[in-house]
Amino acid sequence: MIQFQRFTLSNGLKVLVHEDKSTPMAVVNVLYDVGARDENPEQTGFAHLFEHLMFGGSINIPDYDDPLQNAGGENNAYTTNDLTNYYCQLPAENIETAFWLESDRMLSLAFSKKSLDVQRKVVCEEFKEHYINKPYGDVWHIMRELAYKNHPYRWMTIGKELSHVENAQLEDVKNFFFKHYTPLNAILVVAGNVELEKVKELAEKWFGDIPSGEKYQRQLPPESTQHEARRMTVHKKVPMNAIYKTWHMCARLDEEYHATDLLSDILGGGASSRLYQSLVKEQQLFANISCYHFGSMDRGLFTIEGQLIEGVNIQDAENAIEVELDKVRNHHIDIRELQKVQNKTESVMAFEDMSVMNRAGSLAYYELLGDGEIMNTEFKKYQDVNVKDIHQMALTILTPENSNTLWYLAEK
Amino acid sequence: MPERKKAPHIKDAIEYKIELKKPTVFKLDNGVPVYSIQAGTEEVIQIEWIFKAGNWYESKKNIASTTNFLIKNGTSTKNAYEINESIDFYGAYLNRSCYNETAVISLHCLTRQLEYLLPIVQELFLDAIFPEQELQIYKQNMKQRLAVNLQKCDFIAGRKIDEMLFGFNHPYGVYSQMEDYDNLDRESLKKHYDTYYINGNCTIFMAGILPANYAEQLNKFFGTMPLNKTQLIEPAHDISPAVEKKCNILNDKDGVQAAIRIARPFPNRHHPDFPKVQVLNTLYGGFFGSRLMTNIREDKGYTYGIYSFLMNHLHASAWMISTEAGRDVAAATVHEIYHEMERLRDGKIEEEELLLVKNYLIGTLLGDLDGPFQIIGRWKNLVLNGLDDQFFYHSVDTIKNIDADELRLLAKKYLNPDDFYELVVV
Repeated sequence: MIQFQRFTLSNGLKVLVHEDKSTPMAVVNVLYDVGARDENPEQTGFAHLFEHLMFGGSINIPDYDDPLQNAGGENNAYTTNDLTNYYCQLPAENIETAFWLESDRMLSLAFSKKSLDVQRKVVCEEFKEHYINKPYGDVWHIMRELAYKNHPYRWMTIGKELSHVENAQLEDVKNFFFKHYTPLNAILVVAGNVELEKVKELAEKWFGDIPSGEKYQRQLPPESTQHEARRMTVHKKVPMNAIYKTWHMCARLDEEYHATDLLSDILGGGASSRLYQSLVKEQQLFANISCYHFGSMDRGLFTIEGQLIEGVNIQDAENAIEVELDKVRNHHIDIRELQKVQNKTESVMAFEDMSVMNRAGSLAYYELLGDGEIMNTEFKKYQDVNVKDIHQMALTILTPENSNTLWYLAEK
Repeated sequence: MPERKKAPHIKDAIEYKIELKKPTVFKLDNGVPVYSIQAGTEEVIQIEWIFKAGNWYESKKNIASTTNFLIKNGTSTKNAYEINESIDFYGAYLNRSCYNETAVISLHCLTRQLEYLLPIVQELFLDAIFPEQELQIYKQNMKQRLAVNLQKCDFIAGRKIDEMLFGFNHPYGVYSQMEDYDNLDRESLKKHYDTYYINGNCTIFMAGILPANYAEQLNKFFGTMPLNKTQLIEPAHDISPAVEKKCNILNDKDGVQAAIRIARPFPNRHHPDFPKVQVLNTLYGGFFGSRLMTNIREDKGYTYGIYSFLMNHLHASAWMISTEAGRDVAAATVHEIYHEMERLRDGKIEEEELLLVKNYLIGTLLGDLDGPFQIIGRWKNLVLNGLDDQFFYHSVDTIKNIDADELRLLAKKYLNPDDFYELVVV
C-alpha cells in the first residue's frame, strides 16, 4: 500500500505527498496534462519539442540544470501521446531548490530564441537517431496512420515529419505554454524524505502565487469503430520481413482494461507465452514475436509484431498467427496460465514500486487518471479477472474487421 | 512573493557523509562466497550467480555467450518451455548475461516465491543439456539479429572502436560474424559448461528483503555443487591496438547521422589516477551539464546527446567519447570534441564549475546508494575488481578534495588527441 496525502492550492494546483523516511532523497514530480494528442495536426511534435524548451531557462532563472546539479540533483522528463512528465531527485535537505526551479518554469518560461533554435536542431537529431537512421524505425509512423483516421493518436510523439519541428515559431511556443502549462492543468507530487507540513509550506510559498490559468477542455475527435480489415504493404531497406498487426482496444480507464492487458501477456509476454512457444520455437516461422499495447488513455492499439525467419512465406506466417488467435477466441485459457500472468503482474508492480522516483511518477499518473488511490487498487483488478473475461476480450478485440495489418518487407 | 531570482540556500553535497552499507559475507559449504544486503521496502529479492565464464575463457568465438544464453533451454528432465513456464508461473525473471570475464545468471522474484525457484536454478547449474534443436534455433535467430544490427551505424561503431583499442584477437576487441554462429557446436558448449559452470568459479550476490533462512536455502541448493574446487587457469590475452588511429566507414550511403567514437586506452581501477580521472571525465562528458554536452548539444544542436566514460573492464579500461551527430555536422562535432580537450588542458576550470561537478557527483552517489539492489551492485563491482570499500571511500574523498590544478595536470597527461583512436561511421 502506498500512503499519500493530498491538498489543493487556491490556484487549483493539486499536490500529492508521499513520505518515505527510509531514503535520504526527495523527488519532485510535475505532470502536465498535455501530450501529443493535444497538438494541432499541422504542428505535430510540439508537445515533445516543448518539453526540451522547458530546460532553456525560465522567467527568473537563466538555466534549469546548473542549480539543480549544484544541489546534488538530477532530472529528466518524457512526453507521451497523453501527457508530459518532469521529475527530479535530490538530497532531501535541498528540496527547496526543486520547488524554486519547478515553480519558476510553471510561472513563465524565458522564451529565448536561442533555446528554440538549438532545441529544434536537437529534436531533429533525436528524430533521425530513433526513427530514420534505424531499420524498422518508421513502423509506428505508418501503423498509426493506418489504424487511426480521426484521433490524434495517428501521429507519433516525435511528430509526423521533421518540418513540423523545424518550422516551430516562438509565438507558437508562447501560446502552447499559456494554454497548457498552468496550475489547473498540472499535478505536483512530492515524495521521499519529506514532511507534509513542510511540503504545504513550500508549495504555498513557491507555487501559491502562480495565476491558475484556464482549465484546458480536451475535445478530441473520437476514433470511429472500424468495420473493415485494413492492410498495407511497404518495401524498405531492412534485412528481414516483418509483420505488424494491431486491433483497437479499450481505453485505460475502461473496465475491460485489465483483462486486455493480461490477454496480451498470455499471447506474447515472454518466453513461455503462446506466440513465442508456437511460432518461434515449435514452428520456427519467426525469429522473434511479441504482443503488447501502450496503455493509452484513449482507445489504444493491441499489437502483435514479429520478424520472420528468412525464406518463410509471409502469408503462411500470418496464417500461423491467426491459428493461435483462433485458439484464444474458441477456447478458455487454462487457469494456471491466468495465474501465471497475474503472478507476473504482481511482481512487476512490486519491482516498479521499489524506487521512490517510480512511486512518485505512478502517483502523478493515477491522479491524472482520476485518483492517486487507483495505484493501490490496481492489482486487485488484475486478480479479479477470470478466464471468461479473457475469452470475452479475445472475441471482442481480435476480430478481422477490427484489425490493421502491415507487411513490412525487405527490398529485393 | 518569494524571492525568485535568488537560489534557495543549499547544503553543498560535498558536506554529506556518504556511507556504503556493509554486506553480510559468508561461504557456502563448498567455498562459494555469498554477499548479501538485507534492506528495502518491498518484499522482493535479486540474486546474481556470477561465474568466471565470460569470453575471456572461451575456446572459440561465441561459446561463452551461447552457453550462457542456452543454459535455461533444457535439462534432462525439462524442456525449455517447461523451464520458462515454471519460472514465469512464480512471477519471476531469470536472466542471463555474458560479459568479458564473467557470465551472470540473475533471478528477480517476490520473497515468498524464492523457495520454489532455487531448485529450478540449481537444476540449470547441474544438468543443462543444450539440446541440438535449441542450438539451431538460436543460431538462426542470432544471425538474423546480427543482420539487422549491421544496418545500424552505432552498432558498427561500437564494435569497431573496441577492435581498434584492443585488437580483434583480444576478448575486449573481438566481435561476432555470421560464420561464428554456423561454427557453434554442442560439444564446445557442453565443455565450456562443464569447466566454467559445473566445476567453475562462482560468487553469489543477493539483496532485498531476504527470508530468515536464506543462507540455509542457498547452502542446500548450491553449497553441495562441485563449484570453486578447481583452480581456474587464467588465460593471457595480448592487446594489439590498430596501427592506423583514424577510421571512416561508410555503412549506409543514405544515412542521415554519423556514429562517432573517440577513445584512448586507460588503466584499470587499480591505477591511482582512476578515481581522479572519473571526476575529470564527469566534467568533460560524464553528465548532462558537462562541457561536451553544453557545447555540442546545448549550444550547437549537433546531437541529441554526447557522453564520455571509462569502460567497465576488469583488466584494462579505455576512455571513450560517444555520440550520434547529424551527418553534415560530423566533422564539426569531432573538431569540438578535441577543442574541449584542449580547453581542459590549457584553459581554466572555474571554482564554481568544479563545485557543481562535485555536488552533482556526491548528490547522485547518495541517490545511487538508495535501495538494496543499488548497494549490492556497488559491492559486486568492487569485489569483481578485487577491491573493497576502501576504494569506494577513497573515491568519495577524491571527489571532495580534488582541485582544478590537479585536474588540469590530468588533462595534460591523458587528453592528448594523438593518443586517441577516432572512428566515424555513417
